[in-house]
Amino acid sequence: MEKKKINRITTYGLLVALAFILSYIENLIPIPVPIPGIKLGMANLVVITALYSLGIKEALSLSILRIILVSFTYGSPSTMLFSLAGGLLSWGIMALFKNGKLFSFVGVSILGGIFHNVGQILTAVFVVENINIVYYLPFLLISGVFTGALIGILGAMILKRLKHLYQ
Amino acid sequence: MKMLKKNDLILVGIILLLCIGFFAYRKMTEAPGSRVEVMMNGKLYDTLTLQEDTVYTVKGDNGSYNTFKITDGVVDMIDASCPDKLCVNQAGIHHNHETIVCLPNKVILEVVGAEEGEVDIIAN
Ligand SMILES: [Zn+2]
Repeated sequence: MEKKKINRITTYGLLVALAFILSYIENLIPIPVPIPGIKLGMANLVVITALYSLGIKEALSLSILRIILVSFTYGSPSTMLFSLAGGLLSWGIMALFKNGKLFSFVGVSILGGIFHNVGQILTAVFVVENINIVYYLPFLLISGVFTGALIGILGAMILKRLKHLYQ
Repeated sequence: MKMLKKNDLILVGIILLLCIGFFAYRKMTEAPGSRVEVMMNGKLYDTLTLQEDTVYTVKGDNGSYNTFKITDGVVDMIDASCPDKLCVNQAGIHHNHETIVCLPNKVILEVVGAEEGEVDIIAN
């Protein structure tokens, strides 16, 4: 029992550290959307891993924790809003479809990627009060599909290696 | 871990089709812009023609500023008071609907197309 608890805490710490590295890499990759603060959503890898290993509530707290930590390290208050909107929406969608039979793990990850970006762009529309920003949605949808697929493949590999820790 | 399901592929297919449609529509309606609209706090601040080369500064209430230049029909942010300078790092814009956004100062530069300009002339 005690060992299981330690394993969960270790997994938590591991995932927060991974989120930090991913957020750093993400900041180095330019995307063709002229809205400062919009991210690819690579850190979703951590959220989906937590969702399938630790649980739905744990994935949410991890998602919020990493957004706050990362925003204070690399971002600014205005970009934190995008990350929060994207992070919460993608967590909600992934949690919703996780136990359903509709999509596979990779499919759930792709949904997460897509809605991460939908959340960001909708927030941007409200922040800058300009509906024309929706014009950049296609770029973000496609990048959401690719990032989501990549995260799904990587996430499956991580889960396989973490399995003995939480079962 | 289960492999890909049919629904995954349907999802990806629908998204890609939507985007291809959108890109095709954009490409067809793409045109060199005729004016740049300067927005601040969601309101129109000024409109400039792209025909004349100039350097222009937008000034905010609390001493914030954004300076951009127009050269050969291309709008480019060259200086700003914002801490992140992300707007300055953005590439120049030229086609209709393209924007440069400065989030901290809530300033948006948006190129508007020739056809919208013609509608304005008729309306006037
Ligand atoms: Zn700026």
